[in-house]
Amino acid sequence: MGLIRYESQIRPPLVDGGKDYHQISEDICRPVEAKPSRAWWIGFIVSVLFLCFGILSVTMEVIYGTGQWNLNKTVGWGYDITNFVWWIGIGHAGTLISAILLLFRQGWRTGVNRAAEAMTIFAVICAGQFPIWHMGRVWDAFFVLPYPNTRGPLWVNFNSPLLWDVFAISTYFTVSLLFWYSGLIPDVATLRDRAKKKWRKMFYGVAAFGWTGSTKHWQRHEALSLVLAGLATPLVLSVHTIVSFDFATSVVPGWHTTIFPPYFVAGAIFSGFAMVQTLLVVTRKVLGLEEYITIEHIDVMNKIIILTGSIVGIAYLTELFIAWYGANEYEWFAFRQNRLNVSSPLGWSYWIMMGCNVLSPQIFWIKKMRRNLLVTFFMSILVNVGMWFERFVIIVTSVYRDYLPSAWSTYYRPTIWEVGFYLGTFGLFFTCYFLFSKFFPVIALAEIKHILKRSGDVQKDRMDKLEVQPNEEFAEEHSHDHGA
Amino acid sequence: MAIKKYVVGSFDDEAVLFPAVKKVRKAGYKIHDVFTPFPIHGLDKAMGLRDTSLHTAGFLYAITGTATALGFISWALTYDWPLNFGGKPFFSLPAWIPITFELTVLFSSVGMVLTFCYLCQLAPFVKKDHFNLRSTDDIFLMALECTDKTNDAEAVSFLQSLGAKDVKVDRKEARWWLGRYDKEQILEKKTEEVAA
Repeated sequence: MGLIRYESQIRPPLVDGGKDYHQISEDICRPVEAKPSRAWWIGFIVSVLFLCFGILSVTMEVIYGTGQWNLNKTVGWGYDITNFVWWIGIGHAGTLISAILLLFRQGWRTGVNRAAEAMTIFAVICAGQFPIWHMGRVWDAFFVLPYPNTRGPLWVNFNSPLLWDVFAISTYFTVSLLFWYSGLIPDVATLRDRAKKKWRKMFYGVAAFGWTGSTKHWQRHEALSLVLAGLATPLVLSVHTIVSFDFATSVVPGWHTTIFPPYFVAGAIFSGFAMVQTLLVVTRKVLGLEEYITIEHIDVMNKIIILTGSIVGIAYLTELFIAWYGANEYEWFAFRQNRLNVSSPLGWSYWIMMGCNVLSPQIFWIKKMRRNLLVTFFMSILVNVGMWFERFVIIVTSVYRDYLPSAWSTYYRPTIWEVGFYLGTFGLFFTCYFLFSKFFPVIALAEIKHILKRSGDVQKDRMDKLEVQPNEEFAEEHSHDHGA
Repeated sequence: MAIKKYVVGSFDDEAVLFPAVKKVRKAGYKIHDVFTPFPIHGLDKAMGLRDTSLHTAGFLYAITGTATALGFISWALTYDWPLNFGGKPFFSLPAWIPITFELTVLFSSVGMVLTFCYLCQLAPFVKKDHFNLRSTDDIFLMALECTDKTNDAEAVSFLQSLGAKDVKVDRKEARWWLGRYDKEQILEKKTEEVAA
């Protein structure tokens, strides 16, 4: 008896609970159409409070200057740039899920991509704040743009990685926004057509751009998503590569290494997936979307975390080995004295980084741990703490003791306004995320419907029956279909 | 205006829709459009739509971005105001690659999205007449355009025979206009005013 296999039985269903199309719309639109829960209000208000503190901190910095921060002669980049790199890294997972996994035709991305893309956009907004306010005279921020000015015109330095950053981050933000919103249009149209209240019809009517679901439009939409994914894939790699160039093209010991681009990109995806886990483990529970963001989704993402975490681990060790093998005494000093040495002023941060990023994800080799929500949540926080310390280690431990011992500033400690700025971006990020989860579907409706017949558990059940059916019987039943 | 008459049938399974589309075309009816809640691969081919050229447009935007970046940077740094950065050559192409790449991607994405919106008539405050609001939820809607020669009753029963549910004859505006979805607009009346 031959078996006909439609799809690999190894792959578990991506949509549980025997859904049909209408049920999917109901489930995913419910959080948007229902009144926000008490948990939502508490979360939202706390986020707004953090945001307000952030605004206060930034205001202090604008009024009194960057002297409000404990940056000094050698530690010119401290908390602010650490946070910038951290946030921008977090954004990368969203693009990876939406673009790279689209190109690789990974069906599981559909459950998590919309929320992850939203996370990207909010994270990039948060990241962008740091270099902007770090400028000090923020009213002159437009000087970074090559506009015809009255000073010659004197153009910006196109050879500088800092200017590449301006282009990379703004392009990344624009493309992510376009990708996210163009995918959102059909789902917003669903909300519009379900709307009963006047303001909903108005709001979603405007936001859906007049989408009808015409086949020709879908054909163009598919083409657009595919090309945008193709563009976003090298883009996301370029963005963190360029961020790493900010460091790698300088001659600061600890920064001047060629390993930085791949190392930064892997780290970015690592921390981004951790943030996706943090958000989704909570979102699926609070919004009751466990049948769409299944344990399978959590499991695969944990596999990516262990993969990228191990790449990051190899990068740390390679960097360390080369620092010793390269026999440059300044480089080796940066590693041996500023990082490896636990009793040095900031040596502890290196070991927090190692512990959180390299050792702790190894727990995910155990399947039971990958599928445990509490462990996943705890690990996702731990990884993001570790990745924050990675950036802190790279930036601060490299510059606080440089070539000239008389200029060493052995203890860099952020002021309340530096910390407040960082907490404020958390407020900004979560305020945006709470609003997004209230007003837009957190799961890509159309894409879930698209994979339902292939990867829903309904289909899997039907296929199970077909699998045991003899070939001859199957042929008899279906042989007249193709004339249709 | 362009208010036309359509025969509209709804399907609740794409497996029924596919053969129906082919048979309708074979029978010589003019398919105005098929509205679906999600993209159905191969439906465009079945309906006889040609491939979209959006990719080509994207490529053209991309090379415009490349040319803009390379052209502008080389003009600014070698001709307009050559500056000596650390003794490096004025024409330092490798250092310009990151910005060139970013502008290529930026031009291509923005251009493609705008072109997409233009081709599909998508914009805020654009309003269109919808046959059935459930076509963004769970039904697949086939609309046949009634010409002078179409026998409405025959078309209705033909669609029913192909598995369509809830088949009806409907008059709808085919084009878009500026409007809001929370306001009902009676376009028929407007038409008369324009005609008068």
